[in-house]
Amino acid sequence: MSDIHRTIEAVWKIESTRLIAGIARVTRDIGIAEELAQDALIAALEQWPEQGIPENPAAWLMTAAKRRAIDNLRRGRMLELKHGEITRDLEFQQQQLSHALDDALDQVIDDDVLRLIFTACHPVLAVEARIALTLRLICGLTTAEIARAFLVPEKTLGQRIFRAKRTLSEAHVPFETPRGDELRRRLDSVLSVVYLIFNEGYTATSGDEWMRAALCDEALRLGRMLVELLPAESEIHGLLALMELQASRTAARRGRNGEAILLPEQDRSLWDYAQIQRGISALEHAQQLGGGAGNYTLQAVIAACHARARTSADTDWERIVLLYDALLQISPSPIVALNRAVAVGMAHGPSAGLDALNSPTTLDGLTPESALTGYHLLHSVRGDLLMKLRRYTEARQEIERAIALTQNSREQKLLHEKVEQIQKLERGA
Amino acid sequence: MRFMMIVIPRAYQTAAPDAKPKLEDFARMMEFNKSLEKAGVLLAMDGLTPPSAGARISFNDGKATVTDGPFTEAKEVFGGYWIIQVHSREEAIEWAKRAPMSNGDTIEVRQVQGLADFPADVQDLLAKRYEALKKETAARA
Repeated sequence: MSDIHRTIEAVWKIESTRLIAGIARVTRDIGIAEELAQDALIAALEQWPEQGIPENPAAWLMTAAKRRAIDNLRRGRMLELKHGEITRDLEFQQQQLSHALDDALDQVIDDDVLRLIFTACHPVLAVEARIALTLRLICGLTTAEIARAFLVPEKTLGQRIFRAKRTLSEAHVPFETPRGDELRRRLDSVLSVVYLIFNEGYTATSGDEWMRAALCDEALRLGRMLVELLPAESEIHGLLALMELQASRTAARRGRNGEAILLPEQDRSLWDYAQIQRGISALEHAQQLGGGAGNYTLQAVIAACHARARTSADTDWERIVLLYDALLQISPSPIVALNRAVAVGMAHGPSAGLDALNSPTTLDGLTPESALTGYHLLHSVRGDLLMKLRRYTEARQEIERAIALTQNSREQKLLHEKVEQIQKLERGA
Repeated sequence: MRFMMIVIPRAYQTAAPDAKPKLEDFARMMEFNKSLEKAGVLLAMDGLTPPSAGARISFNDGKATVTDGPFTEAKEVFGGYWIIQVHSREEAIEWAKRAPMSNGDTIEVRQVQGLADFPADVQDLLAKRYEALKKETAARA
């Protein structure tokens, strides 16, 4: 790619969200808005290499999009206008459209961006479609980049986005920010999309490193945007805090040969303390707003307990157990219960940890044992606890079971090392 | 990718120790800062007092010499910085172009170094230290 193309791409990354949001205010259809914005991008790619980057690229792009919208109107393509009755008078319609887009250009309001986010994360769409649309429309990633991040063919991803836009259109999803209770429910969807993007980058074990880091960055960027747009929503601050605190450990999570390094063994001097500070400050915001008991906020409090501990041994495990208890109250899940059992093992000893694996902690009375049979982490957790109890034969069997249950080669390697460690202890015992 | 945008304001070469920004410049700067925040790219920022209120510590033959500001020979002096998280070097440059600067001012854009950018011997040192830490942890457990 030439320098000018990289520059145009950078301008696009900065301007596209507000451009699409501004046009969508007029067209009321994010599919059409995105097409018009894309047309403007194509015009820029054609003209800027010769004419140079304009003084005000945002205004240039909006003007190009406007020209295209009027062309479309002339060719008889319907655009649903916000203002004005539908008139047969083409001239009048053109004028209306032109004015509306001029207004949109003058002042892309924050609400437009918020509407765009809520529409891209609308529950009428499948979760994968929400993720793809969000990365495309709000983060300004290309279809190729998103496809690379999710290891799907570019064509598949393109179709996913195309179908998502059609679904929104066909379902007549209004371009608006929900209010009241509806806002809370819809915000849940937005936040889960952001956290899924983050986790895809943070925990995925395949795909290229650069793209995964980019997904974490994009999720963090979305979190910071949302905090600006809806500053009074505590769970947004909580989610941002959680992501900052988790991302702060990135440099310590991989050894030099790419092997995974788990939290207790991480070199804590490699953590990003500026990022931890940002996470803790976001957490304080969430708590000041009364969000202490929210799902993301509670998870962030747990992450902050780890971030504050200078060594693994200094961790306040008893507090973490209580936090997991609270988390189980609001979002009962066997995974949370499994994490709680690990914390119990650290706080009250391995035997208490084993008991916790068998105690019903979720609403439906399932224990981590019964709900997670066949899940490799259950077996590796149990293997760990058994090892600490010096029940080496059982411990080794559990870890071997975990190895058989995971496809992930990095995790397998880690587990094989654990087996060797147990064998050594067995011989020594 | 993190970048530092370092502000080198021309007026700062000669600014009085207690020089304060003009209200209208300040307002324009606040607006720019807000746009960085709204785009979700801003990680940190700070403005510095003029160099005439600062000091330079220079090192020669293992000796540190202190010179109080102003630094008459200095052509470029820092005025402040932003740290932003963006997708590419070009995006950092595009953000810098949007900053409300005065005639003759400069912004220098520099990528923040990550661990992976360090040379092999530095990484070896870190890996060794990590091995030592692991042993220490194992001994304590």
